Amino acid sequence: MAERVQLDKLLPVGSAGKRSGGWWGMWTLIVTEGSLFGYLLFTYFYLASQTEQYWPPEGPPLLWMPGLNTGILLTSSLFVWVCERCLASGRPRWSLASMAIALMLGMGFVLIQLNEWQKKSFDMTTNLYGSLYFTITGFHMLHVLVGLFILMILLIWIALGYFDHRRYAAVTIGGLYWHFVDVVWLFVFSTLYLFPYLDST
Amino acid sequence: MSDVAPKPSDQRLERMPDIGCAPAGSPAERHLAELWESAPGWRGWLSTVDHKEIGLRYLGTAFIFLLMGGIEALIMRLQLARPDQTLLTPDQYNQLFTMHGVTMIFLYSLPVLSGFSNYLWPLMLGSRDMAFPRLNALSYWIFLFSGIFLYSSFPLGQGPNAGWFNYVPFAGLEYNPGPNIDVYALGMVLLGISTTVGSINFVVTLFRMRAPGMSIDRVPILVWGTLTASVANIFAVPSVSLAFFLLWLDRHAGTHFFDVINGGKPMLWQHLFWMFGHPWVYAVVLPAMGIVSDALPTFCRRPLVGYSAVALSTMATMLLGFGVWIHHLFAAGLPTLAMSFFGATSMVISIPSAVAVFAWIATIWLGRPVFNTPFLFFAGFVLLFVIGGLSGVMTAAVPLDFQLNETYFVVAHLHYVLIGINVFPVVGGIYYWFPKFFGRMMNETLGKWSFWVMFIGFNLGFFPMHLAGLLGMPRRIYTYAPNMGWNTVNLVTSIGSFIFAAGILIFLVNVAVSLRRGAVASANPWDAPTLEWATSSPPPAYNFAVIPLVASRHPLWEDRLAEGESRTRLKEGYLLMEGRETIGTTPLDAKPDIILKMPDDSYAPFFLGLFSALVFTGLLLDWRQFTILMLLASGLSLVVWLWPRKSLLQRVTSGKRAEGGFHG
Repeated sequence: MAERVQLDKLLPVGSAGKRSGGWWGMWTLIVTEGSLFGYLLFTYFYLASQTEQYWPPEGPPLLWMPGLNTGILLTSSLFVWVCERCLASGRPRWSLASMAIALMLGMGFVLIQLNEWQKKSFDMTTNLYGSLYFTITGFHMLHVLVGLFILMILLIWIALGYFDHRRYAAVTIGGLYWHFVDVVWLFVFSTLYLFPYLDST
Repeated sequence: MSDVAPKPSDQRLERMPDIGCAPAGSPAERHLAELWESAPGWRGWLSTVDHKEIGLRYLGTAFIFLLMGGIEALIMRLQLARPDQTLLTPDQYNQLFTMHGVTMIFLYSLPVLSGFSNYLWPLMLGSRDMAFPRLNALSYWIFLFSGIFLYSSFPLGQGPNAGWFNYVPFAGLEYNPGPNIDVYALGMVLLGISTTVGSINFVVTLFRMRAPGMSIDRVPILVWGTLTASVANIFAVPSVSLAFFLLWLDRHAGTHFFDVINGGKPMLWQHLFWMFGHPWVYAVVLPAMGIVSDALPTFCRRPLVGYSAVALSTMATMLLGFGVWIHHLFAAGLPTLAMSFFGATSMVISIPSAVAVFAWIATIWLGRPVFNTPFLFFAGFVLLFVIGGLSGVMTAAVPLDFQLNETYFVVAHLHYVLIGINVFPVVGGIYYWFPKFFGRMMNETLGKWSFWVMFIGFNLGFFPMHLAGLLGMPRRIYTYAPNMGWNTVNLVTSIGSFIFAAGILIFLVNVAVSLRRGAVASANPWDAPTLEWATSSPPPAYNFAVIPLVASRHPLWEDRLAEGESRTRLKEGYLLMEGRETIGTTPLDAKPDIILKMPDDSYAPFFLGLFSALVFTGLLLDWRQFTILMLLASGLSLVVWLWPRKSLLQRVTSGKRAEGGFHG
């Protein structure tokens, strides 16, 4: 392959976007976390296919609030992306604002989800479905909380003026995690909220 | 997400790397040593991120676990040497065989290979460190703490006792109410974190940290082995961590995943466990096979036959390894179609293994072998690999498996595989790289003694286990009646296992003696072809004073192979010394594309490891506030760890020069 290596070439230094180690590391982390959710959903489908219980016990869940919440989560991903673009084009104030909005939307998702949990007539000990529902959404909630922690740290770093249009790899990499958390929610949402409709018809 | 092109004048964002030489003792070399060496004393000991130091710690710690697991085995063999023995109670026996399995599988066989790879990868790839040196330190600390976590339950009589596979319902609350199983479940989740971050580090290191010119078809086979194992870990470990976590939820939060009365399925445990467990078998042998593929040719005085075939078969083994987990469940009651399919894939997997075996045999056949101690271990390994492989094919046949399932035949098979394919290459590998590790040669006479005693003891001990299995002796029984026809095979097995242990003891004596009195080793005492032998023995903290420019698969043998004149450049190249730096290259053909700023030593990995172990301790003991406090402490350590660095030009707002400039 590489017969001659060209040495007299300008090279970027340090943490340069997609060339930085962190970007690669985050992708591998996403692969392994994605597998975790894959096994979680496998567990759901395996047990659902084997059970003789009424599934889900209280009938297919209402879609209105969870649907809205899905929208809120995806919008927050959009704002993280906007924050990164603003940094890249040299508008740090705008990027700060859009990160703050993303953070608030993320918190909104948590509050609505907590409310969803409270409205359920069962808990994780009531029956098998309850165990699955609360474990899967709980795992996702854990990832959302970690993601919010990351966004909060990024917000502080942006506010301290640590990044400019030349160096913002940390925001790209942290943002990648948040996008992952949001994309994974689509799978969780489809499994727990949409699949029962498909199944009952 | 692309970067805005920086101003060409800004040296901190983009620069032409200095080209030059840095011979030993020159100011440039001294500056490099200053940059890369850790602080002396306990500070350096706790904060070092040097992959060589971490690799040796991994090796040493894994060996201590090997000895502990070995002592457990010997106590069991004393108990089983004669019928109706009363040395151990059934409960003590359960804890012993569980901890023996857990120790050997999780705390020895993978970590010991991580030790080799941590030490060797950057040297073999021509880099100054791994992709994430601090993550490397973290994976070691978590490994150590999870081992301590698992073992601390043992003296209290609460050791895990449901086997290393820990099947429910026996591992469920109803049948096993003590804290034993919680220790296992939580300890293994913790260990899973260590394995995962370690694997991430290997994968990114392979794709980004190779010396210029070390294209993907030039990396040593050990690298292929560890890479495929790491990729497998990234996909497989979440499965078993999830299983452990669900079990813990069942036991502590009252969920019903494995609880039959409420619709849970014990089979779910077996699926999740073996979806991880079977790829794991290959994860603990493929890097060991890599050790042999790289070291054996040195003693045959010729390159490995069929490099590409062996590299591809390594990957094929791993891919197929994900499609065979059901063969652990044949006797659990499955549809015939599933058994046929998984029986067939389990047999197909012997094909890539056979490719590797034939490559080794051909290498020996076509070479001029030198019968040094490492060669003996590698050749012995090839024989054991064949026996273990054959008994594996036997158990892959569904009807035979019904007969042999849960007997000593399976125990014999897995010991041939794990000791034959893991312990023998590991001990051979230590004989081989000892001069690189410590700058001294190991004693040949003691070496040959250790091989023959281990080899004879192993076969004497473990071959009769096949017979015990065929005679119907079940696994995991703590004693047996005298009239079963198992007395002789068991006595022979017990004698053999003590002889094997004596072989290991001779090896350890050899290590201890050679560390002090071994002949001083040159840079390349075996006349080996790979890059790690281009450094002094032991290598300096920065590995390579100039980053090598690699032009072939056998950089140190270029002058004698058909490739003609030496083209690999080791003396002159990138200097990279404005702080800790190394070169990052493109994933496939290894063209330089970035100057990477490597992190300095840090206490953060140690504290993150400690706090996360304490999180799990809190969970075990149901100390809620303590757990939350430790969780916050872990988060804090991570923030300190990742705080933007000036040397990456983060948080440099004025025009100050990046730190660590070289003005020598």
